Amino acid sequence: MTTATTAPADTSQGVWRHRHIIDVDVVTWPEIELIMRTTDEMKGVLARPIRKVPALNGRRVTTLFYEASTRTRVSFETAARNLSADVVSISTATSSVTKGESLVDTVRTLEALGTEFLVMRHSVSGAPYLAAEIFGGHVLNGGDGWHAHPTQALLDLYTMRERLPGGDLRGRKVAIVGDVLHSRVARSNIWTLTAAGADLWLCGPATLLRGMDRWAAAWSGGAIPGHGRFNVTSDIEAALRDADVVMGLRIQRERMQGGLLPSLREYAARFQLNAERISLARPEAIVMHPGPMNEGVEISPDVAVSGRSVITDQVTNGVAVRMALLFLLAGAHEQAPSEAAR
Amino acid sequence: MTDRQIMTGHEIRRAIVRISHEIVEKQAGAQGLVLIGIQRRGVPLARRIADAIEEHEGARPPVGALDITFYRDDLSLVGQQPIVKGTDLPFDISGATVVLVDDVLFTGRTIRCAMDALIDFGRPRAIRLAVLIDRGHRELPIRADHVGKNVPTSREEIVRVHVSEIDGVDEVSIGRLAQAAEPNGAGGL
Repeated sequence: MTTATTAPADTSQGVWRHRHIIDVDVVTWPEIELIMRTTDEMKGVLARPIRKVPALNGRRVTTLFYEASTRTRVSFETAARNLSADVVSISTATSSVTKGESLVDTVRTLEALGTEFLVMRHSVSGAPYLAAEIFGGHVLNGGDGWHAHPTQALLDLYTMRERLPGGDLRGRKVAIVGDVLHSRVARSNIWTLTAAGADLWLCGPATLLRGMDRWAAAWSGGAIPGHGRFNVTSDIEAALRDADVVMGLRIQRERMQGGLLPSLREYAARFQLNAERISLARPEAIVMHPGPMNEGVEISPDVAVSGRSVITDQVTNGVAVRMALLFLLAGAHEQAPSEAAR
Repeated sequence: MTDRQIMTGHEIRRAIVRISHEIVEKQAGAQGLVLIGIQRRGVPLARRIADAIEEHEGARPPVGALDITFYRDDLSLVGQQPIVKGTDLPFDISGATVVLVDDVLFTGRTIRCAMDALIDFGRPRAIRLAVLIDRGHRELPIRADHVGKNVPTSREEIVRVHVSEIDGVDEVSIGRLAQAAEPNGAGGL
């Protein structure tokens, strides 16, 4: 893992110092603002009669997914095609892959085949860092284990700013409810939302919040400059009361090991985002979910399609955010080797 | 290195008024005419030409803004990450006579990008080009229909157009390419 040790460059002139998008923890606030502005422009492209610009004409993007995905993968591929890149997608069965040589071999092969942008998803946290060490092009993390899902956090932030009056999250209450323990989406959102100044609440059964209170306590003590405190609770009513944004997280059945949850029914009874619970939030509150949803478990079907739901906006904005990131990386320049893993 | 002034604010105003007349004469009226400024300094210039046309024709042609960043052929060559400044075309360009407006015409590559971008928005009846300064050194077969001032330059020189809307002053100057990293690429592509 890397840590940001150097002072952030001045981004007012568009200095973009990242060669990869692996985690949001090294992306500074001015860089996030640059991503948001560039995303605005990409949304403009998506509104045109011809939704395609030649910015990445002839550049090669490969998606390498070691874990199942529909929206992230299709979203990246759509984004790359909208920028006129050539796209190749590769699926790999998780069972035959262990972190180490075979991933390294695959990445080397893809580079030899001419891949310049490697979008990858892997069930092992940190796998994209390994890929970035040996890959000569740009690595974009489409989700690694429980660790990070940077493009999801950025599209979530973009969607919130688009929907909240004034486009500012400072002091806005954001409740993230569900399987926080296994959620790379939650972990990446903690970084961006605390940087944005939101009043962040993480909520779920205690077994699915493991470790979060220690993280919250460290940040309350100012452990990371620029990132404020956040709240961790199993009290769903406290989390939802007067919230401006309510985000449900999928109960990740495939990652549940014995004893974390008594049953899905019990989870639904205590934590499901249903109409009654959502009524605790502000009248104009928005409901989000990174998908895929288990309707009837963490979210009720009526809430998922209600007027408050911005879940389809998240999907649309995801394409624009990923276009922005591909575009910014395409303009990135040679970095010192020490910055290679950024 | 000191810059040498080649156009005063007064001369810029006169050039804009003249160009506004030329555009209308060529088009035989302001009907079906739209002005599209290329970001960044082409946009205020396009607005001023539209103001001038309104003054003598009584009708103001629509004005749009075009950002060509996504169409550049040098994305991996430019020294700095290009900043996208926004495209705003609140009208249909199909069938219209589009006058592209930019501050400086240099290699012609910006104009090629702009034409590529425009054609993604529709099929204009014609595309014409108006520039405040034509400094020569074309790398593509492109010429301007309306020119404020022709300025012979060497490649080592840089033409700086300042407009009050962005820079607080109206002035065109010419200087040496000393530390050329002008953030907005003043002098044109």
